[in-house]
Amino acid sequence: MSYNPWVWFAAFLTLCTFSFLWRDNPFYKFAEHLFVGVSVGYTISILYHNSFMPRVWEPIVTNHQYYVLLPTLLGLLAFAIFFKKISWLIRYPIAFIMGSTCGISIPRSFEGYIFKHTQSTITAISPGLPPFLLISNIIMVIGVITTLLYFYFSLEHKGVMGKVANVGIWYIMLAFGASFGYTVMARVSLLIGRLQFLLHDWLGVIK
Amino acid sequence: MNIWEKMMDIDRRWIYLLVGICVLIPLIRPVGLPTFTTPYTQALFDYIDKIPPDGSAILISFDFDPATAPELLPMAQAILRHCFFKDINVLCLGLYPTYIGMIDMALSNVKDDYEAKSGEDFVFLPYVPGVTAVMLSIGEDIKRTFGRDYYGVPLDSLPMMRHIRNYDDIALVLSISGTQLPREWAVLVGTTYHVRVGVGTTAVSAAEFYTFLQTGQFVGMLGGLKGAAEYENLIHAKGYTKKDTRKVASMGMDAQSFVHMLMIVLIVIGNIAYFNIRKKKAR
Amino acid sequence: MKRQIPLIIAFICGIGMIIQFFIPHPVSQKTYEEVLHWQIIVGIFMMIIAVRSLCVVHIDKIRRKKEGWGYSFITLFAIAFTAFVGIAFGMGEESLISDLYQYIMVPMQSTMFSLLAFYMASAAYRAFKARTAQATLLLVVALVVMFGRVPVGERLVPWLPRVIEWILMYPNMAAQRGILLGVGLGMIATSLKIILGIERGYLGGG
Repeated sequence: MSYNPWVWFAAFLTLCTFSFLWRDNPFYKFAEHLFVGVSVGYTISILYHNSFMPRVWEPIVTNHQYYVLLPTLLGLLAFAIFFKKISWLIRYPIAFIMGSTCGISIPRSFEGYIFKHTQSTITAISPGLPPFLLISNIIMVIGVITTLLYFYFSLEHKGVMGKVANVGIWYIMLAFGASFGYTVMARVSLLIGRLQFLLHDWLGVIK
Repeated sequence: MNIWEKMMDIDRRWIYLLVGICVLIPLIRPVGLPTFTTPYTQALFDYIDKIPPDGSAILISFDFDPATAPELLPMAQAILRHCFFKDINVLCLGLYPTYIGMIDMALSNVKDDYEAKSGEDFVFLPYVPGVTAVMLSIGEDIKRTFGRDYYGVPLDSLPMMRHIRNYDDIALVLSISGTQLPREWAVLVGTTYHVRVGVGTTAVSAAEFYTFLQTGQFVGMLGGLKGAAEYENLIHAKGYTKKDTRKVASMGMDAQSFVHMLMIVLIVIGNIAYFNIRKKKAR
Repeated sequence: MKRQIPLIIAFICGIGMIIQFFIPHPVSQKTYEEVLHWQIIVGIFMMIIAVRSLCVVHIDKIRRKKEGWGYSFITLFAIAFTAFVGIAFGMGEESLISDLYQYIMVPMQSTMFSLLAFYMASAAYRAFKARTAQATLLLVVALVVMFGRVPVGERLVPWLPRVIEWILMYPNMAAQRGILLGVGLGMIATSLKIILGIERGYLGGG
């Protein structure tokens, strides 16, 4: 069993949270509000030590790198949101971030999401592949095309289009089934982790 | 009410109790069943194993917070053990404030076993806001992007950083994440700087990332607690860990087995009940 | 001025960064680096706004004595205490804030998410029914993956892991790729709409 008061406090908070399974109660509410506060306080500390001081304060005040004032002033415009009359000024830094992020991501998204995956789909079927691999790749290509067509709602899903979209649904259901199986594993892992903490770190019952 | 209707009406807290018991029993009395290593775990392991010591670094992006730590922290620790044993330099990065604590925890749990030192064997990079900007900025100049390490030491003064400038000096970017960030690493960074990307992810996201494995955008993948357990077994089999090192993920796989069996039984019973009730209503 | 100039800024930055991608000249590279650097600094101030918003919500709750307002004191005290501890005493390996992270944030966040395991078991028992042929396929694949991905399943049916790998690598991957291509095209379309000023939601009202 642990003698570290922090471990006991962590175990107490863990049990407070698990108490929600029975029903909502003051212990759970206390733990939840404490967590929110500590998270935000932690974020403030990280921002101060790792971001604001080394990237804004020290370059301007200590190292006299005054060109840093330009992005700093743009960032400071965000604080205009505190004042109703000039709150529209926050749109300037937001527009800069949105515009530049979109511009950076478009060509890279084309290459990384569209071209690479389309290329891999088209080149999957090539002569000379072993029969099993060839059939598997054909199944894969049919799946990609039918799934894409299922999500194409500009054409009504009737007749041939309807049949093709229906095949797409089967592939999607299969994928969702696989995802569900994995999701079960993920959620259970989280529970295992917490119980390992209680049994090992707190009570010392397991190795 | 017949038995099937009664079963469907059962208080959900009985199910919670069953789940709790199915996790507790195998943790207290482990069975120790071995786990099958998937090809993508092996691929990632082999890739890291081939990186020469004290040469190009691995950038591990700890893209997860405490919510997914039970799955991803064991994975991160296993990879750190692998790197420290093989003297592979490691850069540790967190793209959001709450991810930084995970790096702290992982390093604290692992570095003393290998006498790994900050600045020589690993560098803990500080948090800098602007996810995409940081990912791309590393490709230009790491030192300019971060300035100092997490402890406040200038990167210029660290021995490990002498020969690491940008992605040209990084053999692998490994994103350990419960989010879509690995995709962003592959699309933004892999595409622009042609650096290889690997992924450790929660089981929830693992099924989605197969498409990136097929294109070669990911060199390998660890999926969920099972992936972590597989990697622990691989490094243990190669003798990269101490004898008394706790294999946290492997210990959890027995509980995983029990709960999965319980879930399968519950789903089957639920469906049998459904069909019986439906037949009764049809009459 | 209130809406036109931000739209112009977004347009110039967006088009500029697209064109920059195709120009390998050093001036283009330098511009790219500076834009990234500016984004990082502006991002610092945006994060501060987010923190402030949360504090305002709780202060308002206390002032208006809304339901559960007493708990807001806990939140505000925790924010102030943690921020003070972090700023005043630093963030090294054995710092107080490191303990607050490890023994409050980690257990709380992990435990909240671990509750999902219970809810999922209950939901699967009550709602996961083979009502149609397609739902049956979903159910069967889910059961196969759940069984085959754990040591018990791997031991009882040794060839099952390979079948699951095939399912994941081919039909599952096909559907995921179809969805990914759709999502990718959607993202590109939305980004273009933002740059061209068609999508203006990020500007807010007024």
